Parts: sequence; C-alpha cells; structure tokens
Amino acid sequence: MLKIDELRVSYGGIEAVKGITMEVPEGKIVTLIGANGAGKSTTLRTIAGLVKPAHGRIHLQAEDITALNPDRIVSKGITLVPEGRRVFPDLTVLENLKVGAYLRNDSIEDDLKWVYELFPRLKERSWQPAGTLSGGEQQMLAVGRALMSRPKIMMMDEPSLGLAPIVVQGIFDIIREINRQGVTILLIEQNANMALKIADLAYVMETGKITRSGTGQELLNDESIKEAYLGKKRK
Amino acid sequence: MELFQKILPTLLSGISAGGQYALIALGYTMVYGILRLINFAHGDIFTVAGFVMFYAITAMPLYLAIPFTILVTVLLGFTVERVAYKPLRSAPRMSVMISAIGVSYLLQNLMWYVTGGQAQQYPSIPWISGKVMVLGVETKVVTVITPFLTVILILLLVFLTKRTKVGLAMRAAAKDFETARLMGIKIDGVISVTFVIGSFLAAVGSMLFFTNYSTVSPTVGMMPGLKAFVAAVFGGIGSIPGAVVGAFIIGICENIIRSLGWSTFSDAFTFALLIVVLCVKPTGLFGEKLEEKV
Repeated sequence: MLKIDELRVSYGGIEAVKGITMEVPEGKIVTLIGANGAGKSTTLRTIAGLVKPAHGRIHLQAEDITALNPDRIVSKGITLVPEGRRVFPDLTVLENLKVGAYLRNDSIEDDLKWVYELFPRLKERSWQPAGTLSGGEQQMLAVGRALMSRPKIMMMDEPSLGLAPIVVQGIFDIIREINRQGVTILLIEQNANMALKIADLAYVMETGKITRSGTGQELLNDESIKEAYLGKKRK
Repeated sequence: MELFQKILPTLLSGISAGGQYALIALGYTMVYGILRLINFAHGDIFTVAGFVMFYAITAMPLYLAIPFTILVTVLLGFTVERVAYKPLRSAPRMSVMISAIGVSYLLQNLMWYVTGGQAQQYPSIPWISGKVMVLGVETKVVTVITPFLTVILILLLVFLTKRTKVGLAMRAAAKDFETARLMGIKIDGVISVTFVIGSFLAAVGSMLFFTNYSTVSPTVGMMPGLKAFVAAVFGGIGSIPGAVVGAFIIGICENIIRSLGWSTFSDAFTFALLIVVLCVKPTGLFGEKLEEKV
C-alpha cells in the first residue's frame, strides 16, 4: 500500500536517513524498531510531509506522494501521531478531536462516536482542556485525533514514551483493535518487545539504514535482535 | 451630582480612548499569539489607514470611502506579512523582528514622501463627529459609540476564535505549528487571516481615533501604537481579553491623570506602567507562561 524507495533525508547537514526501502502492506501492522537517532522519526516525518527528502520516492498505492505538503498527505489518508503526543493543551478534548477532522467537510458525528467508543475516558472528559489529562489519556487523545481524519494509514511515533507499563499495554491493545477495523499501522518504537509482538512485518533501522526485516515473530526469536534490542543476553 | 458631572467627561473620554487602544492592541496580541512576533509595523498600518481615509474622501462619497479604507488597510497588512515576514518563517525570531522595524520605517517614509510630511485635517465623518449630551455633559458622538463598537467587534472576534473552524485552526497553530500542519492546517493561510483581522481592527480604530484627534501626520500613529502595545503587554501579550482590559485601564488612567492637571505625565505614566509590569509580572494580567514554541 505504502512503498518507500531509496529514501534519503538530510537534516541540518547530517544525513539522517541513508537510502531506505520498505513497504507497508494494506491492513497490516508494520513496525520500525531501532535505537535513538537511527532515523526512525525522520522517516515518518518525511512520509507525513514535514520534511522534504533529498532523494527517493514515496508511493501510496500507485500514486507518487513524495514531498507533498502535510495537508495533502492527510487528505490522501495518511496521518501521524507525533512523538510526545503533542495534544493542544488549552483546547478541550472535543476541540482537539475536531482539529483532527479539520480537512473534512462531511459530518464527523459517526467518527466522534467511534473514537468515544474506543476511548470512553475521552467522552467523560470531552469538555476538559487537554492539558489537564494524564499522559495515557493524552496519548489516547492523540490517537483519537488522528483517527478523526479517517486515515487509511496511521503512523505512530513512540506511543509508549513515558507511559506506565499497564497504560502501554492498553495503548497496544487499542492499536490492534484499530488495525482490526481496517486501518493500516506503521509504528515506530523503542519498546521493541511490545512492537514486535503485535507486528505482522518489522524492519530494524540502524544509523539511517535498514539492516534487517522479517515478520514480528521472526525478529522476536532472532538472537542478535534479542541481544541488541530486547535486553536479553545470549547464553 | 456636581462631582459626577466633573468626573463623567474624564471617564467617557478614558473609556473611548481605551476602546481605540483596544482595537489596535488586538492586532499586536493576535500576531504575537501566533508568530511570537511584535509587529512593529502595526502602528504605521494604523496611520496609513488614516491617510487612506483622508485621500479616499476627496475621491468618493463617505459610504464608499469607509469600506475602501478598510479594504486597503487589510490588503496592506496582508501584503506586509507575505513580503516581509513569510520568507523569514524559519529564520531566527530576531530577524523577523528586525524586518518588522524595517517595514515600520518604510511605511513612515513612504507617508512622508506621499504627503510631504504635512499634517492633514482628518475628514469629519458626519454623525460620529457630531456632539451629543450625555447625562448633562456635552461630548462627541464618537466618544460614546467607540466603547460600544469596540465591544461588538470583540464579541465577533471571540465568536470567530471560539466557534468557527478558522478560529480553531488559529488557536491550534498558536500553540504548535508542526502538529497543526499534521492536522492538515495550512499555517500560512491561518497567519494571513490573523493579519487581515488585525489590520481590519486597526482600520476601524483609526477612524475612531482620528475623528477624535482630527489631524493625520506620518508619525502620529506611533504614540497610540506604542500605548496599544503597552496595553497588550500589560494584559498579557497573546491574550485577547488581556489586550482589551489592558487598553481600557490605560485609556482611563491616562485621562484621569490629565484631568488632575498632570497632562505632561500621562504618557510617562503609560511607559512607567510597562516597566513596572515587566519587573513585577512579565506575563501580564492574563498572560500564560512564556514558552518557546517549537
């Protein structure tokens, strides 16, 4: 569905992404794991249109979407849940969700209902400023806000960052549920263990390059991956 | 009753001056809210509006001159942003501020060039230039309608920011450009709308101000512009209610000081207030914590 070819991105004179090629098949959960500074976030930001690539192409189905502006990317059905959640703190929960549907001109009632069903907590707090929510609730809001654009592909940048393990589990359950309802997921995580467990397909990124790929299960059982990313010593 | 009759004119002109400052201050505060930029050219845009009205009235009837003046002012505000600020969007904030100072002097010098530096008699707008009796005190009609018009415009502005889609986009962009872009908001469009609204309010403010003040010269906008800026800082720059409250307080205090016979110090008071605010509560009355926008 989403195809990335030979993508190179430079950031302030440093090449952060050095020619990666990857694919996100429709209806799957794909994860990109790797250490801090491997270029994962830059990859997502480039797909979202926030950063322009130096080289390479990005295709959504047959359409070339390389270097389109973010609003065009959103209207094509790709959304990014940014790192650190980035909810609008003085807007209410409901207003945050409405901003998520900014480009839509049709009725958003059904989608609001859908998001509130996924996250009943948000419904209870719909009149509260988003800044008063807990970290986990803000992450729910960031996901809900992204869903309001009715995406085909939802990209997520470190959804587990700074959240308690139990909350992280809840977020991952929701990711799976959203995927079951037909949204393709591209997830980047430092919590490789969690990410690989739910991923159909996984890529490993190191210093701007993709070094491994396989199904989530394959990588989960791979000894070198275990050692590098899952915190388990080789026996 | 006698005391009341003595105080009332002061109060009326204070509230009226406050309303005029408020209309200018809103332009400062809205632009700051979204760009974190003190738009130094704003006071000059206000003055240009005065001159446009002066020339427009010689060429067309009043009912056309008013919308024409507003339109030209709005276009000027829009153009200034596109030409002088937009190319600097990713430049350090100091560069944009210097650009704003440049635009301010450019506009002032253009006005000198076009008008020859002569102070011009502002056309009297019938009806609002007239006199009226309020509770036994004679005053100009403009003094009475300014606060009402100001309040109506502020209510419209609040409605726009709180209840419309473009208002939602403005509030989102004011917090976080990048995330706003991820939602599909076109930042440049939102910024242009902000400048258009600010210039529109300045144009209306200039009509009220000059009807009261009666002469327009190239640098006449500096003082009200600066005072409106102080009002915006006093209220908490970036905050719409803050700018309005700050403007009314400054307008009223100034007129009280004048009526006590200390006219010489009324401007000094305003700027002393600025210094005190910056020392004691730099975020102003309604200001939020100052934070760097990413």
